[in-house]
Amino acid sequence: MRLFAFARRAIFGAALLPAASLIYWASTGDLTANPIDFITDTTGTTALVLLMLTLTVTPLRRVTGQNQLIKLRRMLGLLAFFYACLHLSTWVVLDWFFDFESMIADVIDRPFITLGMTTFLLLLSLAVTSTAGMIRRLGRRWQQVHRLVYLAAMTAVIHFWWVVKADFREPRLWALALSVLFGFRLWWAYQLRRT
Amino acid sequence: MLIRRPPDIRYSEVTPKALYLRRREFIQTAAAATIGAAALAAWGGTAAHAQGSGRKLPNVRKSPFSTTEKLNSFDDVTGYNNFYEFGTEKDDPARNAHRLATSKWTVRVDGLVKTPKTYDLDEFIKPHALEERIYRLRCVEAWSMVVPWIGVPLADVIKRLEPQPGAKFVEFTTLLDMRQMPGQRVPVIEWPYVEGLRMDEAMHPLAILAVGLYGEVLPNQNGAPIRLVVPWKYGFKSIKSIVRIRFTDAQPRTAWAVSNPREYGFYSNVNPTVDHPRWSQATERRLGEFRRRKTEMFNGYGGQVAQLYAGMDLRRNY
Ligand code: HEM
Repeated sequence: MRLFAFARRAIFGAALLPAASLIYWASTGDLTANPIDFITDTTGTTALVLLMLTLTVTPLRRVTGQNQLIKLRRMLGLLAFFYACLHLSTWVVLDWFFDFESMIADVIDRPFITLGMTTFLLLLSLAVTSTAGMIRRLGRRWQQVHRLVYLAAMTAVIHFWWVVKADFREPRLWALALSVLFGFRLWWAYQLRRT
Repeated sequence: MLIRRPPDIRYSEVTPKALYLRRREFIQTAAAATIGAAALAAWGGTAAHAQGSGRKLPNVRKSPFSTTEKLNSFDDVTGYNNFYEFGTEKDDPARNAHRLATSKWTVRVDGLVKTPKTYDLDEFIKPHALEERIYRLRCVEAWSMVVPWIGVPLADVIKRLEPQPGAKFVEFTTLLDMRQMPGQRVPVIEWPYVEGLRMDEAMHPLAILAVGLYGEVLPNQNGAPIRLVVPWKYGFKSIKSIVRIRFTDAQPRTAWAVSNPREYGFYSNVNPTVDHPRWSQATERRLGEFRRRKTEMFNGYGGQVAQLYAGMDLRRNY
């Protein structure tokens, strides 16, 4: 399908834009007065957006009956993981400059960092088990392991929620989006049980 | 092979298959790039380059209270602001504060004071000589900058206003007007913004009412036309665009302490040993610097202000 191949490439290209923009703005000195914070927020937000899009693939496939959409799922999931890696690297290298003592203290003392790290480890385990070889090797267990994506999406939204000081409009929107995505699945599970 | 060519097409018009495939790929990539560019545009512009007021303030004295540390740039000081009345993003104030009309500003003074009165801004400030005060500003979000404020000592203003002996606190209030301050349409915190100081804190020589920075009239996004600057406390104590000053015998209900009493207290002195529940206050990032630096007790003004808090438990009175 030509249209589909095109869409796939367009989505891939669009997903790389936030990273490309950061590089471009770094070269023009436009990363705001607080570049480290701006990079952290941009990579974190993009990771979350891509994670949500990953969870949108299956509902979209069921609604449209376009089964090939499933091919987008792994790509989007890995892109989310890519941004999570950038986000984490920003924290380790730019924010703390390898001050491991302070970072470990932060992971223990700050619930929002604890959840960020939890989310990252969940995405890491999903990424390493996303290869064709792993899918084969894990067999039926693969699907069980990959249900962890739901947990990752929840911890990511709570992580964002706990970052915010007072303006909860954005995290609230993400919580709502996640509820809708979960709602679809619960509805189908319920339909399946009834038949 | 030429035999299978349809007769109405000349050979020169046939695109070789390899080239045809490459062209398809090219068109796809170009189209993807176009969509990408649109997405980039939607992603939003970058840092707004902030504008100042451009009006110079004459006859400004230097002050021995000024730090000699390196100043943050005018762009940093006027482009990176927490001023939720104009939006919660750091560049919202620089973008939206032009809506604020500061020309006919008045300040209402009431409560436990000799003569309650509404002053024109000029009349309010005129009796005092302007001083430049170069202070460190430490935000509760663990970043900091160095700002060359211009203002008048708050203590001098208070003495002139003659509070009654029963006045224990000073309460300040920001303008409430959602047409000028569009951020107030969203109830992220309780509007109008209210701040307060204990009387002895307000009388401390480091506390000023600022009307300018970097030699010029205060830009709107920095709290024009008149704001408080209390350099030993977290930035949010230094209330902006003040329209009312009230003397009172009860501790004022300050905006952030009302919004989230577990995270923000009345005193909010810069204190590296008392963490915000969600992040550490031990270090800070000075804007423009790469490595974090250690946060100083009372933002480095402990020598001057520590005695205000002698005998107080600063863990409980955060
Ligand atoms: C690896 C562990 C992680 C750490 C240490 C971490 C740390 C942080 C920090 C320090 C901030 C900025 C807080 C501020 O602006 O003051 C942040 C914001 C954020 N993070 Fe993470 N994070 C982690 C993982 C993740 C993951 C895996 C995701 C998403 C899938 C994520 C999504 C976000 C989002 C959406 C924000 C808010 C951005 C905004 O304010 O616009 N984080 N994180």
